[in-house]
Amino acid sequence: MGFFQSLGRSGLRLCHMIGSIALFLVLSLRWCLIPPFYGKQIVRQLIDVGYHSLPVVGLTTLFSGMVLALQSYTGFARFSAEDTVATVVVLSVTRELGPVLAGLMVAGRVGASIAAEIGTMRVTDQIDALETLSTRPMQYLVGPRLIAGTICLPILVLIGNIIGVFGGYLVGIYRLGFNSTVYLSRTLEFLEFSDVMLGLLKAAIFGFIIALMGCYHGYYSGRGAEGVGKATTNAVVSASILILIANYSVTALFFG
Amino acid sequence: MTDKKKRNVKIKISNLVKNFGGDNVLNGFSLSLKKSESLCLIGTSGSGKSVALKCLIGLLSPDSGSITVDDQETIGQSRRQHEAMLKRFGMTFQFGALFDSLPVWENVTFRLRQKEKLNKKEAKEIAGDILSQLGLAHQVLELFPAELSGGMQKRVAIARAIADKPEILLFDEPTSGLDPITSGVINDLILNSVNRIGATTLTISHDMASVRQIADTVAMLHNGRIIWCGPIKDINHTGISEVDQFVNGKPYGPLTTNKRETPQTKQTEISV
Repeated sequence: MGFFQSLGRSGLRLCHMIGSIALFLVLSLRWCLIPPFYGKQIVRQLIDVGYHSLPVVGLTTLFSGMVLALQSYTGFARFSAEDTVATVVVLSVTRELGPVLAGLMVAGRVGASIAAEIGTMRVTDQIDALETLSTRPMQYLVGPRLIAGTICLPILVLIGNIIGVFGGYLVGIYRLGFNSTVYLSRTLEFLEFSDVMLGLLKAAIFGFIIALMGCYHGYYSGRGAEGVGKATTNAVVSASILILIANYSVTALFFG
Repeated sequence: MTDKKKRNVKIKISNLVKNFGGDNVLNGFSLSLKKSESLCLIGTSGSGKSVALKCLIGLLSPDSGSITVDDQETIGQSRRQHEAMLKRFGMTFQFGALFDSLPVWENVTFRLRQKEKLNKKEAKEIAGDILSQLGLAHQVLELFPAELSGGMQKRVAIARAIADKPEILLFDEPTSGLDPITSGVINDLILNSVNRIGATTLTISHDMASVRQIADTVAMLHNGRIIWCGPIKDINHTGISEVDQFVNGKPYGPLTTNKRETPQTKQTEISV
């Protein structure tokens, strides 16, 4: 009986959370579209989410591109298909690795920071203070972060793609002994515009998810340092899981 | 009540009930404030004073009861009406609740800048004027809240609350955590500011020295309702043992010291 009770409780908690996130999503989208728009807040978030995440995303994609070149060479050399390394690197980075790795890294950096900042504002009454100063917290805090997340991640991924492919190129030329011209021509030969766009579409969705989870968990943060800590952890974990689910869903939708 | 007396009432709270998970924090809370009156709400920790204040300003929705401001019911207002009503209020929070990411001048002029679209220079001048009235130098304008002492933070919070001269001011423990001298200074500032703008004031305080300094009227909250309300001069002769114990700070008496406090997590209602 106890097992079924706890199962039921967990189920109800899950339903409550899904409903609550859905409601938060609808309200935040609504307040994103209604003036006033807080331009200064949006710019601040663009810098924080975009510019400050660049080193993390750059390093992640650089080394991923490099290791991908090495691993794919090892595999393809077994059936004499070494010359496809450049194509594999560019397609893997633009379609899959770039968006997912950038999404997961930004979820760790930005999702945590959004949840911690808004959670701290909640526990120190700053959100209540906003309300008493005739400012809607959803418009002032949530809207700019959602906009910044959705805009910044595709830009980060685009830059990350270039760095990742460059990492593969460096390994290809200096470690695996490919001819530079051949490697570059192989890189561009099979790359289609739709590959890049699919990656950027994924990135925009991931950016939105990261900001939404950070804002949601921060906004509903429990009291005290423990509450903010839990909110931060929940924001990162839920954003990471949702990114992986969304990644499969988008890929499956455009498969073929 | 005669029409004249009725006109004089600024805020009327009647039979407010607020329940958190089966715990009746407010249970028939009633209080009225006259125009330009300074009322102090006292009570033990966890007695629901902050909950009452949050219900009054609309940060929490009461389960039942009525709140009128200038004879206008505020419970059940539309979002637009509520926002219009909020513009008539100024509030300071127990721990200041200054915006960490904004410098002092932006904190002080936060609402003014949205209302009047002030440019940076004008806003800084206004913030500087208000802060100098509260005894703070212009040098603090560019500082962030984390760089200020507790007393300075309280002053900035007061400056933010009075910046656009609201009709009603709510102070949640404005002198908590301050030394007696700084508390005295803050009380003086509150008195001067309130007198200057002629606001109706509701202050929550545990500090009887502050209460005696700033209150015209005192109300004591116990078990979710007001057990005594009267002029400050009568506070020592109420004949109510709970009030007597609180005012004289006696450790033993009818006010239970181990009363379970209202869980803070349940006090947060998300208004979106």
